[in-house]
Amino acid sequence: MDWHQLLDIVSKPDNIPIVIMGILVPFYTWYGLRQAFANDRVITRLESDKALAKAHHRKREEYDPAWDKNVHVWPFLLRIEFLATLIVMALLTIWSIGLNAPLEEPANPTLTMNPSKAPWYFLGLQEMLVYFDPWIAGVVMPTLIIVGLMVIPYCDVNPLGNGYYTFKQRKFSILTFLGGFLFLWCTLIFIGVFIRGPGWMWFWPGQTWDHHRIDNETFRHLPELFGLTKAGNPVMTAVFGIVVLGAFVTVCAWVIHHLYKKYKPEAYAKMNIVQYVIMQALLIGMIAMPVKMVLWHVFKIKYVLILPWFNI
Amino acid sequence: MSETTPDQQTDSSSNGKSNGKDVTENGRPNLIQDLREKSRGATDLFKKPKETQLYKSVFRHKLDESPRNRSLAVLTNVFLHLHPAKINRDAVKYAFTWGMGGITFLLFIVLTVTGVYLMFYYHPSKGQAFRDILFLSHDVPFGNLLRNMHRWGAHAMVLTAWLHMFRVFLTGSYKKPREFNWAVGVLLLVLTMLLSFTGYLLPDDQLGFWAVTVGTNMARATPLLGHEGPFGPQLGFTAFNDVRFALLGGSIVDSNALLRAYVWHCVGIPVVAGVFMIVHFWRVRKDGGISGPAPFVLPHEVKGWLPKEKKK
Repeated sequence: MDWHQLLDIVSKPDNIPIVIMGILVPFYTWYGLRQAFANDRVITRLESDKALAKAHHRKREEYDPAWDKNVHVWPFLLRIEFLATLIVMALLTIWSIGLNAPLEEPANPTLTMNPSKAPWYFLGLQEMLVYFDPWIAGVVMPTLIIVGLMVIPYCDVNPLGNGYYTFKQRKFSILTFLGGFLFLWCTLIFIGVFIRGPGWMWFWPGQTWDHHRIDNETFRHLPELFGLTKAGNPVMTAVFGIVVLGAFVTVCAWVIHHLYKKYKPEAYAKMNIVQYVIMQALLIGMIAMPVKMVLWHVFKIKYVLILPWFNI
Repeated sequence: MSETTPDQQTDSSSNGKSNGKDVTENGRPNLIQDLREKSRGATDLFKKPKETQLYKSVFRHKLDESPRNRSLAVLTNVFLHLHPAKINRDAVKYAFTWGMGGITFLLFIVLTVTGVYLMFYYHPSKGQAFRDILFLSHDVPFGNLLRNMHRWGAHAMVLTAWLHMFRVFLTGSYKKPREFNWAVGVLLLVLTMLLSFTGYLLPDDQLGFWAVTVGTNMARATPLLGHEGPFGPQLGFTAFNDVRFALLGGSIVDSNALLRAYVWHCVGIPVVAGVFMIVHFWRVRKDGGISGPAPFVLPHEVKGWLPKEKKK
């Protein structure tokens, strides 16, 4: 166990933000879900007791019918904003006094940094480069993430849970978001920051970075397992890839369809075909990521689909 | 003054020997007496500064605690008028909002101010840029603190923008009628990360150089538009005319790339982000303020949500 190596990575100035993220993201996940579950308990009680549901003010916050519904922004909101400003400025100043921004040697195109890492918030994308070709990891996936996030409100037809924390009423959307944000995005970033060493090779936390290590793992393409190579039979290799990829998409779509229809009949009934197809496509795209990771790490498979113009 | 000038001329003889009379022999008011009277008026104003024209022109309303004044304090102030005069009493709870949107905006302001200061000491040209950073870190008074605040503020802003999005998702605040504002927010998140990324190159050190090299290498592989992307070469793209060339102003990360990163970082993206921020904040108000904490809605209360057989 090389504690020094671990400390070296963790205490790198540019990695401090991700250490902070490693604390803040779990904290706020807990903080939000705790309120969601507390609200859910109230909702369950209201559902089982119609009389209570009629009389209840439908919030967990303290309530008194005699109170004004609204409060003045001055001072009740502005004092919070003022306090938040003071705290943030104080913390930022302390942080800036205590820790210097990194500055390496002058840029030198002839001397490659090893590992050369993007800023931490892009390391999820850089980690994707391992599993997909650059045009997918660097262009298609980011576009899908951005567009996917933007269409969320237009595909989520569930009218419940608008403006309050709840898990019970939005299980599917919250689990999907947590899966995408915590599992895919944050985990990939953590791998990129803490696991990847020289040559973008896998070093467990505490393992010494060996700059002379050579990975002798040989990767194969899925068609090769069935005797098909691009050199030998390019057409059949391409057809094989298309069939496998098509089968993957079909199976995913089928499974999602049945699960969705079974567990979210209300949403399914309300969605139109455009909303449904977009949701399916985005979900399949999300599933493809961990599937390719498993293919890579466990089965040492690089490409599934091999075409003359690009590979997947 | 102009009123007293004739006095000064005509009374110059009797000026020194004032005998306490209000009026001189020829019936004109005594100058000293007159000025004393005037200055008494002025000192009276100092005793009641809130009665002055100056004060009243700046502050349009009284400051004593009354509901009217509390509202006016917000409504008549250009910096506060984005707020309503009153908000829901539960909406000021930190547990609900996490304050992350406001903190993100605060950090944007901090970055704008520190960024402008940094621009005084920085030349976006190869060779000079790195020396400017050294000069900033070692010679400019508070230069190091300035640079650190800019760096850490930027990292913190990425983080708070993510957490803001996380809160908005968990509370379902992107739902009707706030769908469009969510989409604007996603674009702001992307712009935040692009701002951070373009700033990464500016110190012109190894860290920034290789991070941007890795990042922009992905642009090579853009489908259709990159010279290594699917169908890029077929459409006639080479390393000297593709999308990466447009980003870098060249085929390698060099002086043009530094200048482009600088202009995007200091002018282009902040202006675009500023416009989107205006829309974002405006829409928060126009969509009815922040989403909650809203009263819980039960599934059977939403018309047409539950299938008929489930309704009791």
